[in-house]
Amino acid sequence: MQLTVWTYEGPPQVGAMRVATAMEGLHYVIHAPQGDSYADLLFTMIERRAKRPPVSYTTFQARDLGTDTAELFQSAARDVYERFQPQALLVGSSCTAELLQDDPGGLAKALNLPIPVVPLDLPSYQRKENWGAAETFYQLVRVLCSPHAPKPGEARPARAAGTESEGVKPRCNLLGPTALGFRHRDDVAEITKLLGELGIEVAVTAPLGASPADIARLGEADFNVVLYPETAGQAAGWLKRTFGQPFTTVVPIGYGATRDFIKEVAQLAGVDPAPLLDGVRSRLPWYSRSVDSTYLTGKRVFIFADATHAVAAARIATEEFGFQVVGLGTYAREFAREVREAAKRYGVEPLITDDYLEVEAKVAEAHPELVLGTQMERHIAKRLGVPCAVISAPVHVQDFPARYSPQMGFEGTNVIFDTWVHPLMMGLEEHLLTMFRKDSEFHEAPSHLGAAVAPPLAAEVPPAAPDRAAPGAVSDTVPSAQPAASPSGSVAPPASPAPAALIWAPEAEKELHKIPFFVRGKARRNTERYAAERGVSLITVDTLYDAKAHFGR
Amino acid sequence: MSGLAAVPRSTVPSGCGELAVLRERGQREVFCGLAGIVWLHRKIQDAFFLIVGSRTCAHLMQSAAGVMIFAEPRFGTAIIEERDLAGTADANAELDRIVARLLERRSDIRLLFLVGSCPSEVIKLDLNRAAERLDHAYTGRGVRVLSYSGSGLETTFTQGEDACLAALVPHMPAEAADAPPSLLVVGALADVVEDQFGRLFSDLGIGPVRYLPARHADDLPPVGPNTRVLMAQPFVSDTVRALEQRGAKRLVAPFPFGAEGTTAWLAAAADAFGVPAERFRTVTALGQERAKRALARYRGELEGKRIFFFPDSQLEIPLARMLARELGMTLTEVGTPYLHRQNLAAELALLPADVVLSEGQHVESQLDRCRAARPDLVVCGLGLANPLEAEGLTTKWSIELVFSPIHGYEQAGDLAEVFARPLLRRARLEV
Repeated sequence: MQLTVWTYEGPPQVGAMRVATAMEGLHYVIHAPQGDSYADLLFTMIERRAKRPPVSYTTFQARDLGTDTAELFQSAARDVYERFQPQALLVGSSCTAELLQDDPGGLAKALNLPIPVVPLDLPSYQRKENWGAAETFYQLVRVLCSPHAPKPGEARPARAAGTESEGVKPRCNLLGPTALGFRHRDDVAEITKLLGELGIEVAVTAPLGASPADIARLGEADFNVVLYPETAGQAAGWLKRTFGQPFTTVVPIGYGATRDFIKEVAQLAGVDPAPLLDGVRSRLPWYSRSVDSTYLTGKRVFIFADATHAVAAARIATEEFGFQVVGLGTYAREFAREVREAAKRYGVEPLITDDYLEVEAKVAEAHPELVLGTQMERHIAKRLGVPCAVISAPVHVQDFPARYSPQMGFEGTNVIFDTWVHPLMMGLEEHLLTMFRKDSEFHEAPSHLGAAVAPPLAAEVPPAAPDRAAPGAVSDTVPSAQPAASPSGSVAPPASPAPAALIWAPEAEKELHKIPFFVRGKARRNTERYAAERGVSLITVDTLYDAKAHFGR
Repeated sequence: MSGLAAVPRSTVPSGCGELAVLRERGQREVFCGLAGIVWLHRKIQDAFFLIVGSRTCAHLMQSAAGVMIFAEPRFGTAIIEERDLAGTADANAELDRIVARLLERRSDIRLLFLVGSCPSEVIKLDLNRAAERLDHAYTGRGVRVLSYSGSGLETTFTQGEDACLAALVPHMPAEAADAPPSLLVVGALADVVEDQFGRLFSDLGIGPVRYLPARHADDLPPVGPNTRVLMAQPFVSDTVRALEQRGAKRLVAPFPFGAEGTTAWLAAAADAFGVPAERFRTVTALGQERAKRALARYRGELEGKRIFFFPDSQLEIPLARMLARELGMTLTEVGTPYLHRQNLAAELALLPADVVLSEGQHVESQLDRCRAARPDLVVCGLGLANPLEAEGLTTKWSIELVFSPIHGYEQAGDLAEVFARPLLRRARLEV
């Protein structure tokens, strides 16, 4: 058993739902008890989808267990076919039904429905959401594309509609976007446009927006673009083996990565990338060079996210913002290798965990000046008084903005520049704040950090009102958002390794308070570390400045 | 109390009403009983709820509790893994290890609930025995360990609270046989509502008054033959039955929603405690008047409007009664996940004779009926609300009715406003 309070990923059937809900003309029948239908609200409330997910639950109860739950599944599947007339059916179990061993796949086959039935075997007690999405997409692709696969030993048939010299464009598929994906909707639009500029046509985007009939013709394209390896990697591998379609390995998040992606795609498609690479397509390079960005130099950044976004963020942070990566990790164990390799490149210890308390401890320990993470890390950062930008799922209603806001391609780099820089103070603002901090008009905390700026590590949360009024379902703007009382305060990791014997002389304490608040925590920690390492127990003004001289700013 | 404006109690039937009920079996769009933890962990301030379940249970809690309420809540999940199922790990030993770790982290916990889930029930993990064992082990540290089931196989949404409270009943101290009559209000109420009722009971001269659940684990109220039980929520049937088995007497009353319901509910207690009619009138007059005034503000908006309830919390019938009688709304269909006729007898008697009641759910059929009825307002869960809005229907999230204070005189206006707001909003928008 594993003790969890919050989790980064849901169970694998939620991953399957993300694929089913992304598609048209598909229905998912899931053998599940009452309560598992909670997952519907993720789509209708968090993503604000206007349609219910195409998912039906058998809703078996205790009294059914003694009788025939298999029959319950069959009648549910039959009803779904009659009511929704899908082109294909996904069938599977949730964690509880898995224990009943009813075999939804076999039961559905026995119904002889005139449509393809794709059985899902998602081991709930071993696997999680992203794996479930990848496996579901893979199974769909395998079942629906297999009838069109060339026979073993035979070559793929030549493209039907003529050759490139006759004006036929190279064609690719975009693989990986799902429902409830972090900015997937806008990424697809951005990359489709980018490929269009290269003269490449997108044949099928899947699963998002595709029908089973679309999936069946995936094999017709020249190559595949893997947007999200977490969901599409497995399917792309199978398509390569079966149809000989190569696939892209660069994920176009960030300026450098987008350029690398263009080169890779151009090579696969046999087109010239130069016109696209020569133009100035993003504001990021200039904005990063503008003097106002000088303050970004060497800012210490902690990154934790799904693997794709985490690795991309580390590169952007280092090469395109001039930050220093002080932490890099992921909750996606399936991609631990990729993240470990990246961590090695940036000289940090990789953090592979799905225990958010461990992440919190590591963030506190690393003293970053910016956290790039998920909504979980946003809360961790809030508690620690550190600015944060969200770069990955698990998603929140905020991650589905009304405006166009991709992460990929050149527009994605513009969005990322703004998103990451906003929580920080701008260069001139930072400068003025230091100059005028004694002014009585001036409050110490810049307004955009709000009341969240607590002294780092002393982040004790006041007990919430014991009122019953608590939770809203999705948003953290409802009263529930107030942190639930945590009287023990045990969440906050130990303040610092400094022994309790360390004492600040009153003048030193006073001097410390003359230091701007946003570096004060760091100054305090550095000084205490300096004192502890030298066995100094009384911190004086001199100790403070000695430490400053030792560590630098 | 003949002058009482509310229901003449003589007409309150004790058995079932004549209303026909449409019973349905099929897909349900209702949370399971685990979701009750979301408010119970806030209400019982030193309790911790440890779900013994799957990743789905943990994810459900996260989604139901507001995906990202942060800080460490007083609930968590012991996720059953492959090795627990394969028998390579002794589930009981695993549970002991997790509880030890938890109690080490959280020294503030006085009451620990092991909460059963669908998977723990299917694999027949005996949490009752586990709780007994752990209770014995930790009793010296002042921690009580109890268990109940919140599984979707056994419970629907608010029944989780019922199961939790019922688990407390055997541990309530016995009230002395010669103790003066006491009142026990059953069902979690917002603290502010509890305090309002407390003042009214005190003005009526009713006492002692106690509440289940109490705000602290150590304050479990006593129970005995002189305890009079007043249900504050319609879904606490098992708890009340357990209390009756310990000798307590149940008072029959409608539920305290709106001016009428609140008055009738207080009257049931006043009757049982022999409060003179004149005193009852005097004490409740101001509250009644305020509640009616507050309701009147929304009557124009709601009168004659047709409302459809999808099943969710078992609050549907009392709410429908209040909306029909005090605000003039027309009931199309009132769905409830579970209908306890005895506990709702007083409510059923007050419903219009032509109301369509449905129990259980077949969500597709019910959606068909809802679309056909084209009601002005649909009360439904979060999974259905946006899709129905997209079809042009106006909806109210049922969950808000469970999570906000809606009981009593002072909340009557707020309750009406909850239903009026979606209509006002739709009228206001020009996009």
